Amino acid sequence: MESILEQIERGKLWNIPGGVHPASNKASSTQHPIKRLPLPESLTIPIKQHIGDNGKLLVNVGDYVLKGQPLTEAAGHWSVPVHAPTSGTISEIAMKPSTHPSALPEPSVVLTPDGEDTWCELAPWPDFYAKSNQEIVDRIQNAGISGMGGAGFPAYIKAQPKNEIEFLIINGVECEPYISADDMLMREHANELIKGIEVLRKLYQPTKILIGIEDDKPEAIEALTKACENDHYTQVCAVPTKYPSGGEKQLIQILTSKHVPQGGIPSDIGMVVHNVGTIYAIYQAIYHGKPLIERVVTVTGDTIASPCNVWSLLGTPIKFLLEQTGFQPQQWQRVIMGGPMMGFTLPSVRLPIIKTSNCVLAPSSQEMPMPGEEKACIRCSACADACPASLLPQQLQWFAKSKEYNKLEEHNLFDCIECGACAYVCPSEIPLVQYYRVAKAEIRQEREDKVKAERAKERFEARNERLKREQEERQNRHKRAAKRTTDEAKSKVAEASKRVASNDKSAAVAAALARAKAKRTENGEPDNSEMAKLRAERKAQARAYKEEKPASVTTDNKKDAVAAAIARAKAKKAEQAEASNVSDTASDPRKAAVAAAIARAKAKKASSDLDSTTVSSEAAVSEPASTEDPRKAAVAAAIARAKAKKAAKKADSQNADTQAAESETPSEDDPRKAAVAAAIVRAKAKKAAKEAESQNDGTLAAEPTAQSEDDPRKAAVAAAIARAKAKKAAKEADSQNADTQAAESETPSEEDPRKAAVAAAIARAKAKKAAKEAESQSAADVQHNEQNNSQIEDHALPKDNISQEQAVPLDAEARKKAAIAAAIAKAKAKKAKQDKGSE
Amino acid sequence: MQLSLTSSPHNHSHKSLSTIMLKVCLAASLGIVCQAYFFGFGVLIQLLLAITTAVVAEALVLKLRKRDIKTALSDYSAVLTALLLAISIPPLAPWWVIVIGTAFAIIFVKQLYGGLGFNLFNPAMAGYVLLLISFPVQMTTWSPPMELAFNQHSLLDEISVIFTGITQSGFTTEQLRLGVDGVSMATPLDSLKTGLSKGLTTSESLQNPIFGEFAGIGWQWVNVAYLLGGIYLLKSRIINWHIPVGFLASLAICASIGVVFHPGVSTGPILHLFSGATMLAAFFVSAQVPFCIYLAAQPC
Amino acid sequence: MTLFYALLALGGLALLFGAVLGFAAIRYKIEGNPIVDQIDEILPQTQCGQCGYPGCRPYAEAIANGDDVNKCPPGGETTVQKLADLMGVEAKPLAGGEEKEPIKTVAYIREDECIGCTKCIQACPVDAIVGATRQMHTVLIDECTGCDLCVEPCPVDCIDMVPVKTTSKNWKWDLETIPVTNIE
Repeated sequence: MESILEQIERGKLWNIPGGVHPASNKASSTQHPIKRLPLPESLTIPIKQHIGDNGKLLVNVGDYVLKGQPLTEAAGHWSVPVHAPTSGTISEIAMKPSTHPSALPEPSVVLTPDGEDTWCELAPWPDFYAKSNQEIVDRIQNAGISGMGGAGFPAYIKAQPKNEIEFLIINGVECEPYISADDMLMREHANELIKGIEVLRKLYQPTKILIGIEDDKPEAIEALTKACENDHYTQVCAVPTKYPSGGEKQLIQILTSKHVPQGGIPSDIGMVVHNVGTIYAIYQAIYHGKPLIERVVTVTGDTIASPCNVWSLLGTPIKFLLEQTGFQPQQWQRVIMGGPMMGFTLPSVRLPIIKTSNCVLAPSSQEMPMPGEEKACIRCSACADACPASLLPQQLQWFAKSKEYNKLEEHNLFDCIECGACAYVCPSEIPLVQYYRVAKAEIRQEREDKVKAERAKERFEARNERLKREQEERQNRHKRAAKRTTDEAKSKVAEASKRVASNDKSAAVAAALARAKAKRTENGEPDNSEMAKLRAERKAQARAYKEEKPASVTTDNKKDAVAAAIARAKAKKAEQAEASNVSDTASDPRKAAVAAAIARAKAKKASSDLDSTTVSSEAAVSEPASTEDPRKAAVAAAIARAKAKKAAKKADSQNADTQAAESETPSEDDPRKAAVAAAIVRAKAKKAAKEAESQNDGTLAAEPTAQSEDDPRKAAVAAAIARAKAKKAAKEADSQNADTQAAESETPSEEDPRKAAVAAAIARAKAKKAAKEAESQSAADVQHNEQNNSQIEDHALPKDNISQEQAVPLDAEARKKAAIAAAIAKAKAKKAKQDKGSE
Repeated sequence: MQLSLTSSPHNHSHKSLSTIMLKVCLAASLGIVCQAYFFGFGVLIQLLLAITTAVVAEALVLKLRKRDIKTALSDYSAVLTALLLAISIPPLAPWWVIVIGTAFAIIFVKQLYGGLGFNLFNPAMAGYVLLLISFPVQMTTWSPPMELAFNQHSLLDEISVIFTGITQSGFTTEQLRLGVDGVSMATPLDSLKTGLSKGLTTSESLQNPIFGEFAGIGWQWVNVAYLLGGIYLLKSRIINWHIPVGFLASLAICASIGVVFHPGVSTGPILHLFSGATMLAAFFVSAQVPFCIYLAAQPC
Repeated sequence: MTLFYALLALGGLALLFGAVLGFAAIRYKIEGNPIVDQIDEILPQTQCGQCGYPGCRPYAEAIANGDDVNKCPPGGETTVQKLADLMGVEAKPLAGGEEKEPIKTVAYIREDECIGCTKCIQACPVDAIVGATRQMHTVLIDECTGCDLCVEPCPVDCIDMVPVKTTSKNWKWDLETIPVTNIE
């Protein structure tokens, strides 16, 4: 029996299942040697151009960098740096749309070339044999080399395999139609490639090196065969042209008959595959010390006047490449990054060339028509015949459509290499690959969620355990404490327990921090700066999010201030109205109205002038905020707000007191009146709460300005306090409400139960009405917010007064009239109900 | 100018549904020509009737289902169904046979299951089964090849017999079946069977004038034509070789076993392969695109 | 006599089978209630309590005891479907008419507004907030389940629920949402 090695040496090749034969269309771009283009005006270098973690930025905006100088350094797992493709100045570091199918923004460095193209100091290793393997691997990593065939797998990872390597396979198949970058590279740089292979040979010590090239590239085959003539280790294999022979697993199967196990990598079976582009980059890095800053890109398609291969600096805008090659866009033009089978369409031409960009394809609509309508699957099985991974694309399609993810995994969806052969042959033009990609993304997400859920569960359980333990401890302490009799001892224990508790807490916090840190280290980000950066990012996110909220309508400083002032004025007004209300039970309702009017006038004035507000609000503002610094004013405003809140609260409690007093003296005051008053108070409290809320919003809006202007911390603290108070006030108002109700139900018990019921009914009806009014008012407030809220108050307040007026006569007369009032109240309640119904 | 986004792959084999269907029709055309040559124009009339019925029925159902009629019809799948059914039934069967069969195939077997791609059965063959069960007499009334027929008939005769049951000269279908010897002619395989029941050996039965060079007169060439059509389909990668080869091989093997063990009462594989609808079944029915693959693709 | 034999035989058989069943019941007894584990597995483990139970596990137990399967808003329609499949009941729409697929969120603390009160830390069911008294707190995004429980206790309302951002890692190949630009 012949061994596999012997068979390979005899020139035997194996077949892969499936495959398709699309027209290759490579000739147009192989007419000329690889071109050099002038420097573009600017280069955008995404700091992540590979699979794995971002590197750490080394440069700042405004820095001058030399060609080949690293812009980032490797940090974390699977991380490779990026380098300056030419000398120039860093003009921007920002999130820029990435050359990824999603085009989602990624952190990128924008470099403005100075035109000098000055290299940084290089350290060539003409004799790399003197270097250790680790040194070579480090250099491969530091040169920023990641797989240039498509996926962008960091090459240094592949360069240190766990297993012994039997076959080193060089992938020069380039089976995608249109692309000829590797072909041209092999034709022009065969000797350099062989030297690059030497480096890998030193690393892997393989028994055999196989260079796979499709047989439709005779020039490349010839060039490489010539270059490795005297080399018994290396063998050039002409692979029959068939798509997708260039897939890693497929090529291994073709050249060695071996199958990469499911979910495994080639090194599991003693193989390693490198793309020729990667080999050339390794050659440059080792022999010349040059990092990966440029690559060959095929620019082709029918809308390109002169299709060709170019040496393109990484970061070159695609637009520049297209312009240089005479691009004439059509209606519904598509620009594809990569080949027609696996490439992705770009949403913009202002995206940069990255390490994995092998082709820019701009087809005309004749050569690549827009996909037709998706028709029903006729189960022709053409897809199954074409699938190089021996999957059942049609079954997968059904499962993907019905989201049966378990079935998809059972049918080995993850063996799919997304080569597109199935969709290429599908007579019903079903975008099969798209279905698989979506399903894969969903499954990955689901897996991730599951892991996360598991972790959440663990943490939850651990927390529960801890809480239980703590509680037990506390109980034990209590028991022990009970035994001791002296106060001294007690206080000591309390102190001790406090200390223990705080220790506990800080221990817990420390533990949490440690956990967090451990996690970070796991992720390979041990330093806090990363954390800080993340935080900053999130902060920015939240800000953006906040800005999206409709609450902050105004952006202008002044406007903010005005809004805040209005909010404050309103709060004050509410206060005053309440104050007048408190005192009005005996006094003339008219007086109250006058007082309200005055308050309104004041509020109006206040809203027109920030400074006058602070001055005029004697109770609220203790420090006279003169017309000094606007920053100071902002801070003062925050404090004032807090005070206003406090005052409002006081007013509330006063209200409550009055209420209590009223309910305590039922013989003098009619209980009904008390109920009415309670209702009014409730409505007002509600209003106040709402106003407090709106003020809150105002505060929120005002905040950013305060922050940016002065000592932002102080302002923020003040704002926070103000908000806290506002919240508390709102809550208290609520609870007070509840109290009042309770009081109400208690009061009548002294009186005739019947009457009490009537009174309750009235109170309820009134409360309802008042609430409704308050609501409509607040709604109107929101709408008209700035200009005419005082007018609305005008409408709203008299109504309150009317209800008071009705209440007062009742007070003057005795029980007789109460019955009539009750009737009126009932009618009103009815009406209110009807109103509500009609609403 | 706005850029467009599409998902990969961006190119296509340009083998669409309609081209596949048309190629299948094309492959069958040689066989149809042969059939018309040897057995009269009846098959063409049936074809016309079937296609008309199919298109009308399909359009009707699509309208009821509120689907786009034009796109659905332009995939030619209804035409193919009609074609398969038309060439499987006796050429001189009454007009309502093919109309009922085709309408059933399109309306019930195809559209009621959800249209193209959702049908559980091959509509043409389900229609055939319905007809065979419902009208056994009409469905087995095969006329002899023209050269053996006692009563020669023209195109007009055939039209007349299909629509009215009698030719212009007053012959019934049964009378048209009379051979030159004045005996009602059966199909070659039928006559073999009758011969066996009469106690004749196969070699004696094969003396019957209905047998030609290697199989039944007429039938043998029709089968050769369908074989050529099948090879065309294989060549153009519309069908896979597995099913037809498996089908034909098992038939041949079974026939050979019969010949080896009971040479007197069995015939060789060649006669079986080129009799009846063997080739039609092998390439156009069993291996046909929308109908067989679902099972084939089921994982074991 | 025959009757006696018949009775004996049948009785003997009954005893034998009973013994086998009894033995099997003891020998192969399954500890705990695996159905609860299965249900718990399906639940999203946000521990948010929106189902009315203090955590996912208690809800899982409740489902095992016959509670409705449609009380988990963070899990969305998918979870309801899976639970219904597992329990062999009909999938009902989510209680409370929540939208079908909930948007995933994580808590975010506006740190310069945080007063360091530790209330959110106490509220977090999965210890995903770190910080100490009078120190600013922050959320461990990777651990946050987006349960909302920390939002309410915050006295200064400095916690927002921010939708999880789409990155190239969790992008779902939705070509429709990519903003397309002009060539020029």
